[in-house]
Amino acid sequence: MTDITMGIGGAAGDGLDKTGDTLARTAARLGLSVYAYNSYQSIIRGGHIWLRVRLGQDKVESHGDHLRALIALNQDSIERHAPEVGPGGVVLFNADKLRLNIPLRDNVTPVPLPVAELTKAFGRVQPIMQNTVALGALLFLLDLDFDVAAGVLADTFAHKGKPTVDLNVGLLHVGYDYARERVPALGCRWSFSRKRRPFITGNEAFSLGAVAAGCKFYSAYPMTPASAILHWMAAHGERCGVVVKQCEDELAVVNMAIGAGFAGVRAMCGTSGGGFALMTEAIGQAGMIEAPVVIVEVQRGGPSTGIPTKTEQADLNQVFGASQGDFPRIIIAPTQTADCFPTAVEAFNLAEKYQLPVIIISDLLLSEHPETIEPETLTAAVPIDRGQLVTDPGAGNGKYKRYAFTPSGISPRALPGTADGLHVAASDEHDEEGILISDMFTNPAVRRKIAEKRLRKVDLALRDLPAPQLLGPADAEVTLIGWGSTLGVIREAVGQLAAAGIRANHLQVKYLHPFHSRDVSEILSRCKRTICIELNATGQFARHLRAETGYSVHDRILKYDGEPFEPGDIAEQVRAILEGRPRSLDVTPAEAREIAYHYIRTHLDEQVRPGRIERVDGDGREPVWRIEIVERDSGEKRGELSVGISTGATHAAAVDVS
Amino acid sequence: MATVIELPLETYAGPVEPDWCPGCGDFGVLKAVKMAAGKAGVEPKDLVIVSGIGCSSNLPGYVHAYGVHSLHGRAVAVASGIKLANTDLSVVITGGDGDGYGIGIGHFIHAMRRNLDLTYVVMDNQIYGLTTGQASPTTMKEMRTKSTPRGNVELPINPIALALVSGATYIARGFSGDPNHMADLIAGGIRHKGFALIDVFSPCVTYNKLNTYPWFKQRVYKLEEDAGYSPADVKAALEKSFEWGDRIPIGLFYKDLQPTYEDSEPAFRLGPLARQKLGLDEALLKSLVEELM
Repeated sequence: MTDITMGIGGAAGDGLDKTGDTLARTAARLGLSVYAYNSYQSIIRGGHIWLRVRLGQDKVESHGDHLRALIALNQDSIERHAPEVGPGGVVLFNADKLRLNIPLRDNVTPVPLPVAELTKAFGRVQPIMQNTVALGALLFLLDLDFDVAAGVLADTFAHKGKPTVDLNVGLLHVGYDYARERVPALGCRWSFSRKRRPFITGNEAFSLGAVAAGCKFYSAYPMTPASAILHWMAAHGERCGVVVKQCEDELAVVNMAIGAGFAGVRAMCGTSGGGFALMTEAIGQAGMIEAPVVIVEVQRGGPSTGIPTKTEQADLNQVFGASQGDFPRIIIAPTQTADCFPTAVEAFNLAEKYQLPVIIISDLLLSEHPETIEPETLTAAVPIDRGQLVTDPGAGNGKYKRYAFTPSGISPRALPGTADGLHVAASDEHDEEGILISDMFTNPAVRRKIAEKRLRKVDLALRDLPAPQLLGPADAEVTLIGWGSTLGVIREAVGQLAAAGIRANHLQVKYLHPFHSRDVSEILSRCKRTICIELNATGQFARHLRAETGYSVHDRILKYDGEPFEPGDIAEQVRAILEGRPRSLDVTPAEAREIAYHYIRTHLDEQVRPGRIERVDGDGREPVWRIEIVERDSGEKRGELSVGISTGATHAAAVDVS
Repeated sequence: MATVIELPLETYAGPVEPDWCPGCGDFGVLKAVKMAAGKAGVEPKDLVIVSGIGCSSNLPGYVHAYGVHSLHGRAVAVASGIKLANTDLSVVITGGDGDGYGIGIGHFIHAMRRNLDLTYVVMDNQIYGLTTGQASPTTMKEMRTKSTPRGNVELPINPIALALVSGATYIARGFSGDPNHMADLIAGGIRHKGFALIDVFSPCVTYNKLNTYPWFKQRVYKLEEDAGYSPADVKAALEKSFEWGDRIPIGLFYKDLQPTYEDSEPAFRLGPLARQKLGLDEALLKSLVEELM
């Protein structure tokens, strides 16, 4: 086995992120490919957190489908995730605190760790230290190098001194030894290259790309899931010579960045959908005054405040629709973590070359999940194209005109402080010199020509942007279409389909505006059957595709539950579509259990859990899943709950939880 | 301190004439802004005038300087970005009461508490002029306007008091009827290191028939003529800021030297951002990547 996914489940505050990080960094230092996804909630302590870490000998591009190992840090995690562990897998937990109160799948080994016994020699240890014991056990089961893991811990706790390092390494060791003596390893067959690779999130890669490209100004208002860019910039701004400004609101954020861009500094700002909504008027202003600015929009689940800590790709309509009027802009959706660094560099070059706002549309998954990428892709040797800047505007024929009507539409830019380049950049419509034509000098002909000038830049920019390529066999029976961050997971689904004898190919779109309408139309005209795959409820990209090409996809795979796609889930839906199996929006038994958990945690108490689930039809209402509510330990029935199979409505029957 | 070479008014002659109504108070402000830039010795190439939207916000187009005529309410934010990008520039914000004290009041307050080195001239005519006469944030109580036919029921903003409690370090009030006095106040604001507010009574001759030139002329007096008044005394300034009625003070209310935002910004060690080289050296980038391993 050279590809394995494990999960760590617990409550916020259980410290599982550190545990996951140690595991991931250990594997990364050994030269393995690592991909992690933290399905978290936006509270500090208490909510359910579910971290998945996937390791691969070769590049892994999603958190995968098959859970092989679980570290459960609380009872909820055993009940909810232990049944997901597949054959040959293990479930690790602290036997002093937790009980295996639900059946496991066949050939899954429980590893109850006697933490108190194992840690006796260390005196009183904090509850969070149980994680390190479990991690030690997992290290053995995964055939990872103990010394490398100890090195990661030494680096992590270096600032706390040697006793803390020794304690953690010691705890790791007892866990490791305990597993080695009692549990057979899972059978991973690694070959460690020990090539060190950065374990990096999209937000970190955007930040690094920005400073490498010469970003000197970053402004933001705190908003999940974009805040990590602000944090990175604030922590590194001094070293990298960046002014980092937390502002009073997103109106200030974007207008400050535009001001900085106008004054000749590479400026970026970041936000999520709600903050972007506040920025929209100013984005049109940047288009109008032809000021370069880069805006990172990290999507989270909407609408409104929505699900702030969950992922979605549903802000596409918003970024297309941002601001009134027709104005030039470029919208880029980077496709994977390794693409974030070059996309940031490219965005600055495009913004300055074409003097317009460039919107990078990311999402929570891409921005926040860490994965290993090749270190060579992160370099200071990036292209920097500042476009047409004039240093001696008085040298030409006649007066300098800031918005000169040129064949390309690009008017050479004079920065404030430059003699003879004086002008006013106006958000009102203006002429070549920047003189307003909105009031007393209103002039339809000038208006027409300056509108055309601005928009010509976008036509020109399209030539700078590589057209999307069809990946995979040209004669495939089905084409999967995605945009932005779904590149890896769709690619993996294509591989799974191929293994099942289904020839699929793949079109992933990165440049959303301007759009390669001709190239994409040509590709699609040769496709037999097309399925657009998006993380939203209404197929926003499929509609955009139709608007740009006139092409309607045959089918769509949409997901809007806040969780990212998994490759197996895409492959199965593709198979269902190809076989003509009708798709159902009914509540599945697994979903019914989650709905029951929500009901229990909000209305009942911690002593019960969902038990047996059965379908009940025909008592005049919609068919329901009837879920027993049982005593957590004994399994004794305490009541029941019905969940409508079609609507998802909950109907509680009497539950005795005195 | 370097000697200031004062520049004549014509230095800043703009490309077109204003389209304001004849008699508009903003003519006086335009003249005073140009005089002030000249007094402060700011060369046109180093002067950036940033405005929002409204009659008065057309001002940058009438001055020979760099400018941004930005969105309604956003001038202070745009100007903040410009100043942070290039601290060598003198950045003057011009706009109206609706722009600054209504839709833009959030930026106004936060810019003051940051004490960025900006000069903000607010042409306060106590009415929305460009949209033909609705109540503004400084319209007096009970005044009838197109949007308050039964009389305005809201209290007006007190910009001077607001500036005092928000951390502005130079606070003054001018009157369009006395451009020379106003020019001195604005020049003082440009020279001042920190955030300067110059609130200006700039009558709207078309839509405000209450707060007219004669109305102000009867009432205004100069703080400089009050021998007992010191602009160093914040409590006295606050008391003065509430004086309104038969006598209304103009002049310098308050001035204090405090560290500016720019003083505390480490990124300016190598000079203004706009003059720094772009990108990182490979060793720095490698060390940033190493943190992620």
